[in-house]
Amino acid sequence: MSGIDGWNWDAGERRVVELGVLSSFEQVHEFAVSPDGEKLAVPVVEEPGQVRVWQNGELWSEAVERAWSLRFLPDGRLVALVRVDDSWTVAVDGQRWEDEFEFAWNLKFSANGRSLAVQVKRGMKYGLVIDGRDWGAEFISMRDFALSPDGKRAAALVQVEQLAEADIFKFAEGVWSVAVDGQPWERRFINVYSPVFSPDGQHVAAEVRLDMFEYSIAEDGRPWDAVFGTSWAPCYRSNGKGIIAPVRTPEGWALVENGKPVWQGRYSQMWHQRLAPDGQRLAAVVSTAYGRWTVAVDDRPWPRTFSDVVLAPRFSPDGGRVVALARDQGSWLVVVNGQPWPGRFDMAWEPEFSPDGRHLAAKVERDGKFQVVIDGHPLPRSFDMLWSPRFSPQGDKLLVRAVEEGVYKRLVLGLEQLARA
Amino acid sequence: MELLVTVCAWLGLGVLLLGVTGRLLWAWRAARIEGSVLPVMSARYGLRSLVHWLLPLSTRNQRLHPVVTLVSYLFHLCLLLAPLLVAGHVELWRQRWGFGWPTLPDPVIDVMTLVVMVAVLFFLLRRLAAPEVRNVTGWKEYLLLMVVVAPFVTGIIAHLHLLDYRLVMVLHIVSGTLWLVLIPFSWLSHMFWFFFTRSYMGSEFGAVRNARDW
Amino acid sequence: MADIEDARVEDAGIDQAVDKLEPARIEAVIRRVLGAGCGARLKVYLQTCVHCGLCADACHTYLSRDRDPDFAPVAKVKETIWEMVKRQGRVSPEFIKKCARIAYTECGACRRCSMYCPFGIDIAYLIMLVRRICALLGVVPVYLQDTVNSHAATSNQMWVQPDDWIDTLIWQEEDAADELEGVRIPLDREGADIMYSVIAPEPKILAQLIANMAVIMKVAGVDWTMPSLDGWDNSNMAMYSGDFEVMGRVERLHWERALQLKVKRVVMGECGHAYRGAVYDGPKWLGWSKPPIPMVHAVEFYYELLREGRIKIARKIKEPVTVQDPCNIVRGRGLHHKLRYIINELCEDFRDVSPRFEHNYCCAAGGGVINCGPPWKLSRLKSNRVKAEQLAATDAHLVVTPCHNCHSGIEDIIGYYGLGMHVTFINELLVKCMDRGDGSGEVER
Repeated sequence: MSGIDGWNWDAGERRVVELGVLSSFEQVHEFAVSPDGEKLAVPVVEEPGQVRVWQNGELWSEAVERAWSLRFLPDGRLVALVRVDDSWTVAVDGQRWEDEFEFAWNLKFSANGRSLAVQVKRGMKYGLVIDGRDWGAEFISMRDFALSPDGKRAAALVQVEQLAEADIFKFAEGVWSVAVDGQPWERRFINVYSPVFSPDGQHVAAEVRLDMFEYSIAEDGRPWDAVFGTSWAPCYRSNGKGIIAPVRTPEGWALVENGKPVWQGRYSQMWHQRLAPDGQRLAAVVSTAYGRWTVAVDDRPWPRTFSDVVLAPRFSPDGGRVVALARDQGSWLVVVNGQPWPGRFDMAWEPEFSPDGRHLAAKVERDGKFQVVIDGHPLPRSFDMLWSPRFSPQGDKLLVRAVEEGVYKRLVLGLEQLARA
Repeated sequence: MELLVTVCAWLGLGVLLLGVTGRLLWAWRAARIEGSVLPVMSARYGLRSLVHWLLPLSTRNQRLHPVVTLVSYLFHLCLLLAPLLVAGHVELWRQRWGFGWPTLPDPVIDVMTLVVMVAVLFFLLRRLAAPEVRNVTGWKEYLLLMVVVAPFVTGIIAHLHLLDYRLVMVLHIVSGTLWLVLIPFSWLSHMFWFFFTRSYMGSEFGAVRNARDW
Repeated sequence: MADIEDARVEDAGIDQAVDKLEPARIEAVIRRVLGAGCGARLKVYLQTCVHCGLCADACHTYLSRDRDPDFAPVAKVKETIWEMVKRQGRVSPEFIKKCARIAYTECGACRRCSMYCPFGIDIAYLIMLVRRICALLGVVPVYLQDTVNSHAATSNQMWVQPDDWIDTLIWQEEDAADELEGVRIPLDREGADIMYSVIAPEPKILAQLIANMAVIMKVAGVDWTMPSLDGWDNSNMAMYSGDFEVMGRVERLHWERALQLKVKRVVMGECGHAYRGAVYDGPKWLGWSKPPIPMVHAVEFYYELLREGRIKIARKIKEPVTVQDPCNIVRGRGLHHKLRYIINELCEDFRDVSPRFEHNYCCAAGGGVINCGPPWKLSRLKSNRVKAEQLAATDAHLVVTPCHNCHSGIEDIIGYYGLGMHVTFINELLVKCMDRGDGSGEVER
């Protein structure tokens, strides 16, 4: 399947598949829609213990006992976790991996979708498989993992030594580490959290707990000299030289880079720091006072604050704008550079910028129906189901994937046309 | 004597006023630093709690301890009103400032004074007799009880001219001043903290946790 | 007098840590905790207390132990934080050991005493400060610390492995589907109305409760989901050990999971402390004045389903039933009337307790007390004779306990005092009593 340039961007509306036929199945589970909008898939139960994946009216040839975590990869392949004869594995476009596991879960894939990884259990030990390649290494436990940007490498939070029941002393000595490509860091920690790869995939940083009340950030197993009350997930600068993390200091939450303050401000809370495409500017969710939330860009909080929660900010491709979803007094807002779009929503999904950064679109929910909002203006039509809209490479068209009156539809809308209407 | 009254009145009332103001300002600042205190405060639920705890026998614990409750109410009522409404004090005030306010007849004040004294005796005995109170009672508690009752004892002795009037009056003025001065700097400060701690708890129970605190 | 037996309890988490304590470290930690961020409330409370002892009657430990004055709330404060303040932190390791015993095992932070103090002094808050100090000094009962370690490593309370969690949900879904056709436990269903979260003892030892909930959700026609990844556990013993950093991390992950799933609210199972952690203490430490999206306790949720007629009752429980009002959802959320509405809907013979509502006695298990484990069990049971007497007076056979800590605590008390009763979650009664709409249903009890 070709990339986004190869998608059909001809303006118009197409009925892709009628969903009424699904009622013949005993159960219909959660839908997945391909990025290009051409396909809709769903696990269906034919009878208890006999599940197939249905895609645009076709069934995968093989029935399995269970199928879940069904999703389309960015390259358009359809994957699911499936169980056959009490063993679990990954199925891609209906083809099961040869290896089978006692359990397989937590599917992750690279940005281009070519690489696919999953946590597995075998013989009561925990491991990881990338694209069918088994780490081989087996651990007592594994909580989560991160993929390198190219998806070729993985770093997982692993328990490397057995802990007897209620052995708090051994726990305090440290039995957790980060395993990169199956090889644990030499140094063990009380806890490790939030691993992340450097942009070139050569290094891994993670939060580490050095003492019961001392936290820091470690790169490739070596912690910073500086220790903090606690911390949140680190991220890398795009040049891979700097690691940035929010940390708790006696004066409040601070943003530090390689252990040194990068922002002067101290906040009641700070997390979800994000870098602009230029790799210089920084935005993060902050709490400026008890119960007041907003986004700070380069250490300057937006004047407007919100009562409930603010989700991770996102820079526009040109870096000029920052958008974040905020919940305020019980309803959701889309906030751009500190200014909410008109309208409050029952739910809002992460907005997407057009490649040139000029436009912004989001899926929102109001009164049980779903709508697309572009640059603050809701499209008049609302749908029973909707997936987040996508812009064309030129940013002049919008792909809308939606279910309306029992039909899955694919709409390509011209933005100029919309502006006129 | 007149000088003593003037000095002590200024000292007592001055320290009380400055002390209480200082404490409140400090608490305001500290509460702002603590962050989560002030946003919780709710006028409605704070008042709801205050009203319940100021009305006798309207809370379960007051009903579990009817005698303590009754004595406490009478004690606090008389303790606060008697010094304010006794003719002698108002007269002194009028001489200094040229205005005054209505007073209670002396026999009524005598009875109120007696109530304070009996109540203090009751508190004293309770501190000695009830194990859960004795366990947390130290010299400070006894001392403060004495400080509280001293102006009343000396006041009534002076009024009844039982001992050397001049000496007793000096003791009365000094003990009264001590009483005022100690309010901001001992647990006598519950006199003003009550309104804040009670309304904070009332707010937290009512506005945040949807429950009653009495 | 403190109980000699309690004072002699051996607990490696406390004893070994105390042996290594240096006075200088104790002083530094106490000064740090009492100096930073807790100035206003702590100092005002200490100045306000008139040492009147009127809080004594609030405490189940005091009432249960023949009114031993050392078990009065004010005595627990006097024996711990008063001394720390008075001596400006210059206290001995032995003193810290005593503090740990009092703060972790003789107080459940149920906050009943703050309703008995004429000034509304939050005594449980003062005890929590003592716990914070003990935690920073590493002096925590071993079983409680182990639970906190589990939270820190796995984000759940009982070292549940990630696959065991998912496997249990699948297995419970299959069990539930055997009972009622079409029942599902939808995993990671983005955009569902409700995320349902539970505490780790459910998948670990009481998995049937999850299947029950799946049946209830199906009958009521609820659009719901459960998360497959960490963050599914809403419990939080770190809140009670005083490890607020771990507490915050656990709560944040729970809420982030809900936000990721784009649900409108989180419904949680029948647990009290988890409600407190997820709604009050966790969010507060993180900077939220309330949870980022609403949290609905099971009691509120069942009430809503019954009240709106989404669940209908087909048959009622006939045997006499009484109730335990859990502190964290009654004093903590005022759910006592809704709780009784549900019980009256489900049961023919409801016998209320006295005192009740906000004034109900603590189960003596919550607040981390039961998590202090076997070494402290006898002490805990001795500390709640008053609860046994209260329950016995109802002559009921069944005690409804919509909280895991209450459930386990009351079960222990029933055994120790030979009450001959049983405990039950509402969930278990509901699946027995409700009209499943398929003509099935259990035989009447």
